[in-house]
Amino acid sequence: MSGAPQVDTSGKLQVDTSGKLQVDVEKRFPGSIPIHGRFESTTAGGAITVLFGPSGCGKTTILRCLAGLERPERGSIRFEGESWCDSERSLFVSPQRRGIGYLSQDYALFPHLTALENIRYGLRRLPREESQRRVVEIIDLLHLGGLEQRYPRQLSGGQQQRVAVARAVVRRPRLLLLDEPLSALDAPTREELRRELRRVLQQCAVPAVVVTHDRIEAIALADQIVVLESGQVRQCGSTEEVFSRPADLAVARILGVDTVVPGKIVEIADGLATISVGQADLVALAPAFPGPEVFVCIRAEEVALERGSTAQSSARNHLVGQIVSLFREGPITRVHLDCGFPLAAIVTHQSSQTLGLREGATVTAVLKAPAIHLIGRG
Amino acid sequence: MDWQAIGLTVRLAASTTAILFLIGVPLAYWLATSRRRWRYIVDALVALPLVLPPTVVGFYLLVATGPRSPFGRLYEQATGALLPFSYEGILLGSVIFNLPFAVRPFAAAFAAVDRRLIEASWCLGESRFITFFRITFRTAWPGVLAGLVLAFAHTVGEFGVVLMLGGNIPGETRTVSIAIYDSVQALKFQEANATALLLLGFSFLVLCITYSLQHRKAFPL
Repeated sequence: MSGAPQVDTSGKLQVDTSGKLQVDVEKRFPGSIPIHGRFESTTAGGAITVLFGPSGCGKTTILRCLAGLERPERGSIRFEGESWCDSERSLFVSPQRRGIGYLSQDYALFPHLTALENIRYGLRRLPREESQRRVVEIIDLLHLGGLEQRYPRQLSGGQQQRVAVARAVVRRPRLLLLDEPLSALDAPTREELRRELRRVLQQCAVPAVVVTHDRIEAIALADQIVVLESGQVRQCGSTEEVFSRPADLAVARILGVDTVVPGKIVEIADGLATISVGQADLVALAPAFPGPEVFVCIRAEEVALERGSTAQSSARNHLVGQIVSLFREGPITRVHLDCGFPLAAIVTHQSSQTLGLREGATVTAVLKAPAIHLIGRG
Repeated sequence: MDWQAIGLTVRLAASTTAILFLIGVPLAYWLATSRRRWRYIVDALVALPLVLPPTVVGFYLLVATGPRSPFGRLYEQATGALLPFSYEGILLGSVIFNLPFAVRPFAAAFAAVDRRLIEASWCLGESRFITFFRITFRTAWPGVLAGLVLAFAHTVGEFGVVLMLGGNIPGETRTVSIAIYDSVQALKFQEANATALLLLGFSFLVLCITYSLQHRKAFPL
């Protein structure tokens, strides 16, 4: 039913907007590029939308417009059928009344309050028992036990991030807005918290919009991706869709990875993992995280092609498939294969000629296990 | 030593500081956060006593509160008394003359509060008004305290405005600095020295407190 036009009793055509975030905002800062954020995403079932793009592309500005911290010059924001901002009707709902949780890049913990006081900050209007119950629950969910009485500066970066997340989600917001939630952390902590963040978001079942310039973060967290460049939305769709069918070369370049497909780890032995992807099985180095749900990322230049369906080499993966399409880009040819799942490869134009590559031909894609990059999904 | 003058001075300084706290905090917050173009005019008005000779401020206040001015007549009708040459008169003069000494440190402290903390509070559902008390004031209090201490000390040492507006009435408008001036005029150097030394010591102490506050963080650790 969702999204389907309906005729109500007054005879007007109405579109069901429940479970949707509809954004169309324009903002211009003096001396910088104009930003036009226009997209629609699903919020039903706690879906996570990632605003992805290089730094300076306007992601944070769009997020701040969603929070009500920035007033767009023109445009509108509708969340689950409710208007938050509409320049034509001079409507603007303050951040206090949007029922959001907002996490800025540096967490903005209140320095004069302890971790516990920070978490409780937004619960003043709740009855004591209810507030207490929620605080205990969130401290348990984010493993913050024992840190309650510490001041922000006595906490590590990862702990600060968890306190900030706790402070935002403990209010049960209708929409969570996260600005580069992991960028302030060192690499190992980031790795750990990335998986934890998705778990927490899923457990709270609160829809979220996450801003990031980190591809791994985007793939790990997103249900939907909005790709931005120079203040414009280039593409908007599910993670799989965006990566397997980039709208244009610019998007493909921003995404940087050519094949991103969901898979499932079915076996781990001798430090190698067998992953079931579409109709094919892949062998990759066993990941450090438990799995089993993963995204498999493969760069096109790591894929070698051989003619026919037989080949012997040291590579662990030999995938037989058909060529779906070929694109020549100067000296190289980009090849799209169907080998049980969509796979992109790059070969030189000469190789393409030698191998006699054409649409519909059967080839074997050869791929070393270390060339397969796995990103865990909670 | 003129204990009556000392008592009066402390009372005047304490009242001035209290009033400056009440009107200075909202004014400073407005100056620190407003983006209106004409706020610079208010900024300049507040800072005027810093550059004007106290006699000029005192003179205009005398004219403005005298029986011939509309304000002076209104005040007389309401209270049956006149502001010039009264304690209330020098209190008004002190508040106006000390405005920059309180408002400028307040405004600097409010402007230095991390805007992201304020935004975080808004997004946690707290109004601008409540956010001011829970975040802005709580993190800016060393600056506010420094401003109060400075205003108190400056009132204690004030001379020109008090003399112009209040004259030299013992127990009513005769403050410590007037008492020193009076002693010197009467060639009582011993007495002038004792009071002056007291003021010197007090002022030095106050500045020490102010500077130590400026290096202090608003939160533990």
